[in-house]
Amino acid sequence: MTIEVKNIVKKFSAFAALDNVDLKVGKGELLALLGPSGSGKTTLLRIIAGLDWPDAGEVRIDGEDALGHGASERHVGFVFQHYALFRHMTVFENVAFGLRVQPRAVRKDEAAIRARVKELLDLVQLDWLANRYPSQLSGGQRQRIALARALAIEPRILLLDEPFGALDAKVRKELRQWLRSLHSEIHVTSIFVTHDQEEALEVANRVVVMDKGRIEQIGTPGDVYDNPATAFVHGFIGESIVLPVEVSGGSVRLGGRPLNIAADGAASGASKLFVRRHDMQIGPAGTGSLEGAVRHVRSFGPIQRAEIALMGGEGKTVIEIDAPRDRELQAGEIISLQPRRYRIFAVQD
Amino acid sequence: MSTQTSFVTPVAPLKPYASTAGAAVSSLSRREARERPRAIASPKDFRTEPGPVRFVIVALAVSFLTIFVVLPLVVVFASALSKGFGAYFAALAEPEALSAIRLTLMVAAISVGLNLLFGVIAAWAIAKFDFPGKTFLVTLIDLPFSVSPVISGLVFVLLFGAQGYWGTWLQAHNIHILFAVPGIALATIFVTFPFVARSLIPLMQEQGTQEEEAAISLGASGLQTFFRVTLPNIKWGLLYGVLLCNARAMGEFGAVSVVSGHIRGETNTMPLLVEILYNEYQFVASFAIASLLAMLALITLVVKTVLERRLDDEGQIPRNDSSDH
Amino acid sequence: MGTAVARRTSLPGFGLTMGLTLTWLSVIILIPLAGLFLKTLELSPAQFWEILTSRRTLNALRISFGLSFAAACVNLVMGTIIVWALVRYRFPGRRIFDAIVDIPFALPTAVAGVALTQLFAQKGWLGAPLAELGIKVAFTPIGIFIAMVFIGIPFVVRTVQPVLIDLDPEIEEAAASLGANRWHTVFRVILPSLIPALLTGFALAFARAVGEYGSVIFIAGNLPNVSEIAPLLIVIRLSEFRYADATAIAVIMLLASFVIILAVNRLQRWAQIRIPAH
Repeated sequence: MTIEVKNIVKKFSAFAALDNVDLKVGKGELLALLGPSGSGKTTLLRIIAGLDWPDAGEVRIDGEDALGHGASERHVGFVFQHYALFRHMTVFENVAFGLRVQPRAVRKDEAAIRARVKELLDLVQLDWLANRYPSQLSGGQRQRIALARALAIEPRILLLDEPFGALDAKVRKELRQWLRSLHSEIHVTSIFVTHDQEEALEVANRVVVMDKGRIEQIGTPGDVYDNPATAFVHGFIGESIVLPVEVSGGSVRLGGRPLNIAADGAASGASKLFVRRHDMQIGPAGTGSLEGAVRHVRSFGPIQRAEIALMGGEGKTVIEIDAPRDRELQAGEIISLQPRRYRIFAVQD
Repeated sequence: MSTQTSFVTPVAPLKPYASTAGAAVSSLSRREARERPRAIASPKDFRTEPGPVRFVIVALAVSFLTIFVVLPLVVVFASALSKGFGAYFAALAEPEALSAIRLTLMVAAISVGLNLLFGVIAAWAIAKFDFPGKTFLVTLIDLPFSVSPVISGLVFVLLFGAQGYWGTWLQAHNIHILFAVPGIALATIFVTFPFVARSLIPLMQEQGTQEEEAAISLGASGLQTFFRVTLPNIKWGLLYGVLLCNARAMGEFGAVSVVSGHIRGETNTMPLLVEILYNEYQFVASFAIASLLAMLALITLVVKTVLERRLDDEGQIPRNDSSDH
Repeated sequence: MGTAVARRTSLPGFGLTMGLTLTWLSVIILIPLAGLFLKTLELSPAQFWEILTSRRTLNALRISFGLSFAAACVNLVMGTIIVWALVRYRFPGRRIFDAIVDIPFALPTAVAGVALTQLFAQKGWLGAPLAELGIKVAFTPIGIFIAMVFIGIPFVVRTVQPVLIDLDPEIEEAAASLGANRWHTVFRVILPSLIPALLTGFALAFARAVGEYGSVIFIAGNLPNVSEIAPLLIVIRLSEFRYADATAIAVIMLLASFVIILAVNRLQRWAQIRIPAH
């Protein structure tokens, strides 16, 4: 099932939660909406679900206008951040709820409802908890029950709001893998919201990066990591070194001193140079475009993380780089740095 | 603890000292944690007062409550039974008494029923949605709590009385509101207006809208959502509101006194009959009726305590706000 | 803005429930109260003034407000002592006394009225020994004061109790660690942080006492200018069909209680600023 969002605008008093958002989701996709809090990702999800209404724009599910229908008519499975399990019902009754509230004409009989609930509890591997109450479950179990409950109505699409947000780190990792394999099993078009880049990159087949109510980039996990479209995406995903530079006529200067890198077609003016921590090539002093003194080195696993005080420029700029351990750095040592891969974005004001 | 033999023991209202005790307490509910005497302070503990001071404070509190609260209650039952059980039951069997009991029950049923319905409706609108002026609306709903009972009756006299706005019209059409059951019911609804809404609004606000949204997204209709999801979650709070509403409805005196007209055997509720009999020096009869109302109050308190515990256990702590009364 | 995009909320029933709420609120509360104010407008300012400044009205208001204030003061002090005993100490019967505090809320006012009168009448359990000391309580202003103290007890206790329970224990530990003795800790640290709750309880007790009718009229004696409270004067004026007089007194009392609600709301906001939720 496809989802199409066109020109969605949503304002909360003066603040624009969503500012002209366009998005197309293909059949069977597992899409992540990634962004910091306040970026509008949850609002977008709730609008698709029919739990919120936009001020302008269109939402189409399978080509059919969705805004004319309330949440109860959209057949959209929604998994809430804090699960919203019905606390006075058993796990079984929670999952059965969507089947029991159907109009009498289409409602399944009791035996069919029981069979379906059993099937779903098996799917989430929690059939042994059927008679427990939500308060007796762990966070991860609640999460899976919430998912089973949403799937019970055979939703056209599945929406998950920060599905792992309330869980501790270990459970979170397990559930990520589980969600991905579940998705490949049932293949329902799914969107999940997260502020955790690792989660988005690891689980989704496409990632939508949002900031301040706008979509910054849509792409595969590899795309958004390796080819960030904007300064925001570069800064938000992965750890970046950011240096204020001046671009003029194809040359790049840092603090007045020219750097030995191409401007890559960046427009002249004040700009920012983004380099991944592991994309700084280390060489002996005098060989690269940047020089600096090693202040502090920590080594763990395959890498060493060094704090470098850059020389030149007006102030003391300190950056952190990750280097392989083939050449151990020493505190006090003067080294040269050369960006292997980098992006330059104009400063916006 | 072994040396502590004093009558009054202090409770450190504090986090327990021992970290192991802390772990144990944190897994209990708030109430249990509160009730459980934790670290018993040593006599030199900085967190409590010297023994004699403690004794004086408790003695003052206990004697004040005994004189001002316990004794009046005891007097009611002692006076009601001062001529023996025979006289007591005879007084309750008087036709006037029976008619007052009947009227009180009827008025309470009407006002509790209507306030229950509208309290739930108002709580839904106020707790589940955001709109401008919400605080003001809640203040308006609370208004009857701060209006003198006499004024609560007076406003209906001004509307429906012989010299009131609609008095002439009502007389011409032979409709009796004042000095009749409708007036008594209206005044009672007025004074009990806030109880149900007030006990539901904070509870429903705390519970949020997620469960309702989940129900809607699973295809439930509005009514299905209310009856299957919301109502089970608020049932104890609702009962709490109904209980307080009922106690006030049956016991209301000032407002009802102004609109009832005191027609014997017709418009006297139980509290009004207490007054009339007392003024006629029929003390046994007066206190017999009063004892029924006092029992109602005691039962209400016991059930209220049970409900508060239940709400507390479920994490639904009702506002223990004195303006609820 | 597309016309298809209506302003909607996720849960149904807002329009219907809000409409019913406003209708019911208007029928039961707003229209009747508006009627009261409209009735006052039928009076000329001079008439209004004359009613209010008549000796009997002035005395009734003075008695109601003065004695209510005195009773609220007693409740403030005794309420603090009761809360302290209930929260900070364990003594036999503590839970029963805790429950008993609510009785003045729960007991119908007429019952409280006749019980207090019986208790403090000259031959009553407490009235007789007091009479021997030459103190007459029933049918005097002291009786009114006693009844007002009775109905006001729960307000201070129930407002302050939760605040004292939730008071962060670390502030006491901090005070002690800074060298404060117990006396300093209680009077400079704990009680000041209870002030908003204490004042709220005081205001609620005061407001309740001013409007109280049932518990007071039996024990009051109801002698004009001496022991006649304002609510009773309203009832008397009504029974004399002097609606204008009754209305004028009622409006003044109503305005007074609005001022008190406003003060209480301010106090609550102040309390929230002073003691933020954990």
